[in-house]
Amino acid sequence: MTSVRTQPARPAAPFAGPRPRREAARVFLRDNGVYVALAVLLLYNLFFSDGFITVANLRNQLLQVVPVLVVALGMAMVIGTEGIDLSVGAVMSIAAALLPLYLGYGLVPAVLVVLLAGAVCGLLNGTLVAVLGVQPIVATLALLVGGRGLALVLADGQSKEIRNPDLLGFATARVLGIPAPFLLAAVLAVLVGLAVRRTTYGRRLLAIGGNSRASELAGLPVRRTLITVYVASGTLAAIAGIIATARLTASDPSQLGSLVELSAITAVVVGGTPLSGGRVRVLGTVAGALLIQVLRGTLISHDVPDSTAQIVQAAIILLAVALQRPRRQT
Amino acid sequence: MTTGVGPGGVGTGTVPQAPGEPGAVVHDVVAARMRPARTPGERVAALLQRNAAPVVLVVVGLFAALTFEFFLTTGNLRDVAVDASFLALIAYGMTFVIVTGGIDLSVGSVFALGGVLAAIGAQRGPVAGLLLPLGVCAMVGLLQGLLIARAGMPAFIVTLAGLLGVRGLVYAVTDEGATTNRFPTDSPLLELGRGTFVGVGRPTWIALALFVVLGVLLTRTRFGLSLFAIGGRGDAARLMGVPVERSTTLVYVLSATLAGFAGMLVAAQASSGVPNVGVGRELDAIAAVVIGGTLLTGGAGTLFGTLCGVLLLKVIQNIINLIGTLNSSYQSVVSGVFLVVVVVIQTLLSRRQRL
Repeated sequence: MTSVRTQPARPAAPFAGPRPRREAARVFLRDNGVYVALAVLLLYNLFFSDGFITVANLRNQLLQVVPVLVVALGMAMVIGTEGIDLSVGAVMSIAAALLPLYLGYGLVPAVLVVLLAGAVCGLLNGTLVAVLGVQPIVATLALLVGGRGLALVLADGQSKEIRNPDLLGFATARVLGIPAPFLLAAVLAVLVGLAVRRTTYGRRLLAIGGNSRASELAGLPVRRTLITVYVASGTLAAIAGIIATARLTASDPSQLGSLVELSAITAVVVGGTPLSGGRVRVLGTVAGALLIQVLRGTLISHDVPDSTAQIVQAAIILLAVALQRPRRQT
Repeated sequence: MTTGVGPGGVGTGTVPQAPGEPGAVVHDVVAARMRPARTPGERVAALLQRNAAPVVLVVVGLFAALTFEFFLTTGNLRDVAVDASFLALIAYGMTFVIVTGGIDLSVGSVFALGGVLAAIGAQRGPVAGLLLPLGVCAMVGLLQGLLIARAGMPAFIVTLAGLLGVRGLVYAVTDEGATTNRFPTDSPLLELGRGTFVGVGRPTWIALALFVVLGVLLTRTRFGLSLFAIGGRGDAARLMGVPVERSTTLVYVLSATLAGFAGMLVAAQASSGVPNVGVGRELDAIAAVVIGGTLLTGGAGTLFGTLCGVLLLKVIQNIINLIGTLNSSYQSVVSGVFLVVVVVIQTLLSRRQRL
């Protein structure tokens, strides 16, 4: 009976009418919407915002985007494994707390200690997720709850001035007119991009995100790969913390990195990386971070209050996720 | 200590005899889930998983009572109970959401919205002060619920956008946080947040009343039981005829309304709506729910556990305050450590049951 029924209905059902075109438009927007939006926004500013498209301001925007961008690179890898890392902001604040404590021993030891601390945070997250099988949201939530408190305990609740000339010099340096911190972020983006696209490690990461059970059955080192992904995310967050602290010229463990996880997740999702894992778009993530930054800058330059900017950012997240939503099977 | 374990132990213990009485099995969904656990080891594991929070609460409470004379004074206990009430309201809603396998990150912002709107509404009379915050917060929940249940978007992302957007809304209605809206000094709503009734703070009575009402809703009604089915296996629940979309949407409405109500009570206590309250409150609520033994994977959970989780967090906070020499930042460190320990134990125990 079912076969009689379905025969005539079958050809009409799946691809009838204007659906393929709409679907193609959706896919195009999902994959390239972030570039289109960024271009449109820059064009708009070119014509309608006084003093936005100037070398000084663009340089400033590039400088401001760095912490979110660096954090978002790690977040993209984690999301590629179908995970999430909510602890990045807390790791940034731990970095801010530790940095002045060890700068007395010199810049290199201090940076190494901070990076190590970030890696240890990542190791904790990764172990909870990969070895114990705790959901990524919960595993990283613990550090989000406790990490900033720990940072404040380490720093004794105080903000400390940064006086190391090398670090301060790096924060304000320019190479070929481009701020040095942004160049560092760009190098990190290239490294992450190469790691994800061109290495066995990257392919494992994507395979795990696509289907972790199948990856395990196929003999991939799922645990080890997952742990290293969270370690990478923690380390990148620590780098972001160092850069942001250097730019502030003072450590601010109570505020630094607060809500950065939201901006980073937005950048990744807007950039076309699906939350369901199995795919990482590094260039899209860079563009996503820039889009959020430029959007915020544009709204500020038009004297739009920060509250509206926040609402707009919320709408953009929803729009990006709505575009990603797989078409319903029913 | 044995009293803490008692009630749960009876619930789990009766399961093997239950098949003769269909009603008992259908009603105790959590127990039904654990029916395969038969060996003593597995039964102890299940028992611990469900009752870790009350046991630890009793232990921590005893420690506090023996160490600090001030802890057991009426004034201190009353303050802790009032402080816990606000978080309890938010955590109740979070329990409902998490039972369906979802999450609501927006409650901290909705909490602030509720307080600000209550103060604005109260200037036009007590009815407006009650309906404006609850109505708007319910609408926020409805919007989020529809996006999650009907449009099939991930709860995590929708409520993340809610966290941002609602906070933006709070600042938008308060001139970027510059205006603090005050309740009229004679507003009857103020009485909700302050004062005592039979020696116990009014917010505590409200939290206890809602504990009973919501407990009945979760475990004794068709709606509540359908939530366990949705959290356990959404597609199976749909095939069973559970109105998955409607129930899921309602859960987010409930969560936002409770968060808004909590914000209203806090605002009434402070007699003004402050725009920047409630940041990070969602984390406390989730932590309390998880510590209370509700599984984040959905399909299982109790309001009693959540209440114990809330009390545990607040007692720890009280202990750190009583020690006095400790930085208040230690509180979040201890909460974070508790969260890790509880989650790890839960994961290990539930893995043991599966084997």
